[in-house]
Amino acid sequence: MGKKILLKGNEVMCEAAVQAGCRFFAGYPITPQNEVPEYMSKRMPQVDGVFVQAESELAAINMVFGASASGVRCMTSSSSPGISLKQEGISYIAGAELPCLIANVQRGGPGLGNIRASQADYFQAVKGGGHGDYRVIVLAPASVQEIYNLTMNAFDWADYYRNPVMLLGDGISGQMAEPVEIFPYKPIVDLPAKDYILDGCAGRKPRVVKTLVLKPTDGLVTHNEHLQEKYKRIENELSLYEEYQTADADIVIAAYGITARIAKGAVSLARKKGIAVGLIRPITLWPFPSDAFATAAQTTGQILTVEMSHGQFIEDVKLAVNGACPVEFLGKGGGWYPTEELILEKIESMAAATAKGNL
Amino acid sequence: MDRHETRIIIAGFGGQGIVLIGNVIARAAVIEEKNVVGMVSYGAEMRGGTANATVVISDGEIFNPFVAHPDMAIILNQPSLDRFEPQIGKDGLVLMNTSMIKRGPQRTDLKCIKVDATQIAQKVGNLRVANIVSVGAFIEHTNLLSMSSIEQAIKDLFSSKNPKLVEINLEALHTGAERSRCMQPVR
Repeated sequence: MGKKILLKGNEVMCEAAVQAGCRFFAGYPITPQNEVPEYMSKRMPQVDGVFVQAESELAAINMVFGASASGVRCMTSSSSPGISLKQEGISYIAGAELPCLIANVQRGGPGLGNIRASQADYFQAVKGGGHGDYRVIVLAPASVQEIYNLTMNAFDWADYYRNPVMLLGDGISGQMAEPVEIFPYKPIVDLPAKDYILDGCAGRKPRVVKTLVLKPTDGLVTHNEHLQEKYKRIENELSLYEEYQTADADIVIAAYGITARIAKGAVSLARKKGIAVGLIRPITLWPFPSDAFATAAQTTGQILTVEMSHGQFIEDVKLAVNGACPVEFLGKGGGWYPTEELILEKIESMAAATAKGNL
Repeated sequence: MDRHETRIIIAGFGGQGIVLIGNVIARAAVIEEKNVVGMVSYGAEMRGGTANATVVISDGEIFNPFVAHPDMAIILNQPSLDRFEPQIGKDGLVLMNTSMIKRGPQRTDLKCIKVDATQIAQKVGNLRVANIVSVGAFIEHTNLLSMSSIEQAIKDLFSSKNPKLVEINLEALHTGAERSRCMQPVR
């Protein structure tokens, strides 16, 4: 293993992007992701890349749209309210089937909210915050090293599927510094040739990148069917999660990102008290690792969903579990975060209720 | 599996170099190949306001990046002591800068190391190194990290900026350690 260096999550994401060949960044400042444009403004010129501090989030996402159409690996970054502003562009990019990375370092909402960490943009990220039937691959890292690894993978998956990828972090994972191993980029998939890009049509037929499909009359129906087939393929091929001590677990915690990390601490505390608890941590939020939860629901007594929001993630957990076991909830939005002790308390009350029921 | 984990808070005025203390300690921990999570309070911070940073050092996997009840605290001014004293874990350790703290902790379970950090820094030749004076005293009284790792972290941080900064910060570090060496921690 190589030497490790101390970096913040936000900085590591940028370095991974640069290593993976990202050469265009456009963004607009917002806390808690300001290290991203700061780092990119310094780093991009060093690698002959382009850094643009755009006049708005809307401009930034549309610059990324253009950069991607010209074949450049590109990204934008923001935090919750800024990501809301980008939704129109994300829908267009998904419709045009262009690859790019969008990072959301989530903060408290709704509205301008606050600058503390949150997971309340779950619905927006995984259900499609913009208009139309589209999907964005959503990745939820839980450590600084995982931010590094997943950011690199994100560019590969984006190119491979010709689809936008979102890195869904939060104010904590973006701001915290951890030792990270910076290793050189190596593609994890066979990257297809970019035969759709606009790079000058001398000697070949002109290409058009567009999202307006008026002709033929059923052209958009066909396009949507094509997109859905692609999404089905992504669902079949890409579903990542971490399972932790689930084999004998009477209670399985469902949590992602920074919450899953704290939940892991609660698993250890519970185990010390003799309660068999495990954890399933989705790494891809879309595609959602439904099978992992469906399987766990067959053997475990109950599932506890923990999230830094008021019951968004739990909906996908419940869909996956499909009534096979009870699903309990612990979560709040607005900058609240759980402690190991709080999760343990909830687990103890769940365990006590079951014990009572068994008498 | 029992793992050893230390949770630290560092607090003072904005401008006292609180973030730098966290950075030095966290980098030294990386040098010693320990797991570490460092965080800085962010938001409406400004020079003269209060600032704080946290560092968690562990030989195992660190679950919670937050420090709710620190085992150790490095406190550089009075408002920070007043604010964080109740949060420090039972029998915790407090290193306090007595140049700027006149009223010590009310709790009797805390182990206190008192250092005249600002005055020592003045004698070293730069008021701004009071933070590293405190680190010297802190490392002297804890077995958390070795002095050589802290020295290396200081070199890593400053050598590219200005070699003179390495010199004065190392002097501050060693003076802080020396001046607190004979001091018995008080409860």
